[in-house]
Parts: sequence; C-alpha cells; structure tokens
Amino acid sequence: MDRKVIFKGRALPLLLLLPQLAVTLVFFIWPAAMAVWQSLLQQDAFGLSTEFVGLENFAEVVADPAWRGAAANTAVFASSVAMLALGVALFLAVQADKAIRGQRFYRTMLIWPYAVAPAISAVLWLFLFHPSIGLIGRALNAAGVLWDYQLNGSQAMLLVVIASAWKQVSYNFIFFLAGLQSIPKSVLEAAAIDGARPLRRFWTVVFPLLSPTTFFLLVVNLVYAFFDTFGVIHALTKGGPGKATETLIYKVYVDGVDNLNLGSSAAQSVLLMVFVIALTVVQFRFVERRVHY
Amino acid sequence: MEDALLARRALARQRWARWLAHAALGLGVLVFAFPIWITLVGSTHDAATIGRGDVPLLPGGQALENYATAWNSGGGTLRGNPAAGMLLNSAIMALLIAAGKIAISLLSAYAVVFFRFPLRMAAFWTIFITLMLPVEVRIIPTYQVIVNLDLFNSFTGLTLPLIASATATLLFRQFFLTIPDEYVEAAQLDGAGPLRFFRDILLPLSVTNIAALGVILFIYGWNQYLWPLLIINDRSMQTIVVGLAKMIGNGDSQNEWNTIMATAVLAMTPPVLVVVLMQRWFIKGLTETEK
Repeated sequence: MDRKVIFKGRALPLLLLLPQLAVTLVFFIWPAAMAVWQSLLQQDAFGLSTEFVGLENFAEVVADPAWRGAAANTAVFASSVAMLALGVALFLAVQADKAIRGQRFYRTMLIWPYAVAPAISAVLWLFLFHPSIGLIGRALNAAGVLWDYQLNGSQAMLLVVIASAWKQVSYNFIFFLAGLQSIPKSVLEAAAIDGARPLRRFWTVVFPLLSPTTFFLLVVNLVYAFFDTFGVIHALTKGGPGKATETLIYKVYVDGVDNLNLGSSAAQSVLLMVFVIALTVVQFRFVERRVHY
Repeated sequence: MEDALLARRALARQRWARWLAHAALGLGVLVFAFPIWITLVGSTHDAATIGRGDVPLLPGGQALENYATAWNSGGGTLRGNPAAGMLLNSAIMALLIAAGKIAISLLSAYAVVFFRFPLRMAAFWTIFITLMLPVEVRIIPTYQVIVNLDLFNSFTGLTLPLIASATATLLFRQFFLTIPDEYVEAAQLDGAGPLRFFRDILLPLSVTNIAALGVILFIYGWNQYLWPLLIINDRSMQTIVVGLAKMIGNGDSQNEWNTIMATAVLAMTPPVLVVVLMQRWFIKGLTETEK
C-alpha cells in the first residue's frame, strides 16, 4: 500500500533514514555478518592463529552433548513457560470477560507484572522458594519435601519456569481479553439458544474464534522464553545446578563471554538466528491465513 | 409455571457463574501479588529475622532504616553502590532508549511513506530485518563493535545499539498511511515544505501513538539486562536491575536480604507506576506494536 500524494526530493528522505540505517548497519547487520563469519573460523588455544574451518564449528556444536542438553532444556523450558503462561492467562481472561463488576480493578491488578524485569521476577520468586529463608521453600521442607533448587535440577527448572511465566501472563491476559471482547455477543447467544452449555460453547465457538490470537501469542511466548528469560536464569540459577537450567541462549553467553570460545559461540548464535528468522517468517506468512475459524 | 422455573434456574446459574468468576479472579490477583507482598514485608524487617527464615506475613518496623541503607549505600556485595545512583542510571538508559527509538523511527517512517526515491524498499527491508536479530543472538560480535568504537562503559554504548526499531517504524508507517491525502495537499497549497509538514501537522497528529509507544519502550529500556551486564563494568554506571541481581550472588542465607528486598522494591516501582498510571496508553501501545 502506498500513498498517492507525496513530497518531492531525494536527498531529504535519505537524510531522514540515515540515523536508523546507520544504527542498523553498524549494530545489527555487521555483527550478524561477523557472527556468521566467526562461526566459520577456529582459533587455536592461545588465540595466535585463526583458520577457516567451514562448517566444522556447526558440526561440533550439534554433536556436543552439552549443546544437546541445552537444546533439550530449552525445549522443556520454553514449552512449559508458554503453556503455563497461556493457560493461566486464557483462564483469567475468560473469567474477566464475563460481564462482572470490578473488571477494571482486576485488569489493573493483573497487568502490572508486565512491568517487572525478568531478573527482578527471579529475585521475587527466590525470596519465596529459597530453601532456608523463603516462606514456601521452608514450608516445603517442613512438610517433608526435600526442597533445594540449588541442588535439585528439576526443582531449579520448575522455579525458573514459574518466575518466567508469572511475568508473561499479564501480556497474554491483555491480548486474550481483547480477543474475547471482540467476539460478537450474537454468536454466543446463538450458541446458547441452540442449547450449548457454557463449557461446550467455549470449546466449539469461543476457542476457535480466538485461534489467531492464540497462535500469535504462542510465537511471542516462545520468543520470550528463548531470549528474554536470560535475566531470570542468570539471576536465579546461573544455568545450574550442574547444567540443569542451561538454555541455548545462556550457553551462547557462557561459551562466548566466560569461556571465550568465539567460534563455537558464534556458531550457536547463528543457529539461534536461523530459529528466530524461521519463527518470524512463520508468524508473518501464516498468522493471518492458516489459523482461521 | 414451567417457564418461570427455567428462568429462575438460568438466573441462579448466572449468579453462580459470576460468583465463580470473582473467586477465580480474586485468587489470580492474590497469586500475582503474593511475591510482591512478601518482598514488601521483607523490606521492613531486620536482616537477622529474614536470615533465620522467620519471614512474617506482616510488615515490621525497620522500613525506614532498610530503605535508607539501600538508597544511600547499597547492601551485600554492592555496598558502596547506592540505589539512588543506580536508579538514576536506569532512568537515563530507559529514557534515552525510548526517545531514541521514537525519534529515529518517526523520521524513517516519514521518509518511507511520504517520498519516492531509489532503494526505498531496500531501506525498508533493512530496517525490517532487525526484527529477526535480537541482541541475544549477536552478543559477542556486537560487543566487539562497541569495544572497537571505544564505547565500552558509556551511555552511548549502552543505548545506541538498542535504538534501531523495526516495530516502532512499522507502527508509525501504518499510522502515516492512514493520514488523508487532503492534509498533504492543503499543506502543499499553503507552500509548506516537507519538514514544516512533519513538524506542524504530522507530529501533533502522532502524539497519542508516541505516548503509547513511549510507555512500552520505557519499560523495555528499564528492564534491559544482558546488554548492560556486558557493556558496563564501572560500578558508578551500574543499572538497578543488573545491580540487584549482583547483590544476590549465589543466594546465600547470610545476604543482607532486608536491604536487597528494599532495593528490589525500588527497582520495580518506576516501571510498575508507569504501567498502572498510564494504563490506557500502555494497552494501546502493547496491542498496536505487536501485529
């Protein structure tokens, strides 16, 4: 879609575009190209010589059990965060959509966690689940559950999932509520007159009508769980205990920043980049067309 | 008779459903607020009480001392790094990112929509691609660029790489396309040039969009974590979110948890206030940037 009436001039628009293009080229395109280039190189242990190794870094990364472990962690982590955050948000949005009093109050009380940084969310949940100072952590231990997320990998995973999903529910809630409120009441009334019970009405009428929203949110939640949760993991578990909560993005950071293994870190970055590009393409190509009622 | 019974039953069912909805939402609100409540309570007790594991459910009397310590001198490993300075750093970072993103996106959307020039679509797609390159996937090379440009430990290095914005550009482009041609024609008839049109007509029309986007971007900027962690190691430039996470260390029971909790409250107050007080713009910004 284009405008008909436009201004003349060639230098001015280029000048207007310059700041954005400069930042994009210097800090996005160039580093991304460098990541691809570095992923094809290998440095010796002393950083003295560099040689071109083709796809060897990728082969090493994919064959590395540590990377596979991180990929498995990421799959468990991302799908749990997305399911939990979407499920809870949908349930709450459906409740809030029933024309009840206090809707605005509930909305305000449910959306503010969006403003809490992932790393701070980690700190809040740590106060609750710390085995010796946390209210819930101590209660669990008192009840005979051996709770210590610093020692037990599954418990650590559970905690980072909760801390990450908690924050994301707000976002999903806003979109689900908007989606529910845009469903014409006449459709629901028609279903009701046909004798469909509320639960049946929800699964056969409401949920299919919400599917574009749900699919969009699924993509957003996956991207969130993949990338934005770095702060949660870094502040809460540092990938531990062992490597139980090390996700792909956390491993890129550890290998690149702590272990200074640039070739491997770059190859991992490129793999993640391919993943994001695929997700973005899926989102733009199929969101509007495929998922329909 | 039959009808009246049915009607009464339907009403009862509705009342029951409403009651259930209130109960579910009330429970949701409680679950959501609980971690914050515990943090607020923790920030009003002394370190020993929390260290022993006796966190009460009600506030204690240490609030003033704890917040004063956090504000003036910091706690734990960050002793000597007061929250006041870190809050200021976070505010500068968040405002620079929000203002920068809005400014360069307005300009580029204006160029793409209101002009025809060679490589117009190429420029548009170059900006669009940034959507697919979050900072997390290009950590090391971007870090190297910053070091080469000598921008390490500077607000420029902290904010400049984050201000390219495909979403903001797309949003403004979308909005500019809806502006009636008559506005442009009228401006041209009056002899107003493109810059005049931008300043006197387009900017005032965009105020709502700018405000909505500003709220979202402020929160985005305030909550940055990975980038400041990499680019800042000068303690005086530490942002509050990274600073707070550093205070925790490995989560030892001996930490000064009361000061840490007070710092946590201080760290989340500004963005939470922005969301709650500017709720309408926040929701508008959120639902319009994502799509």
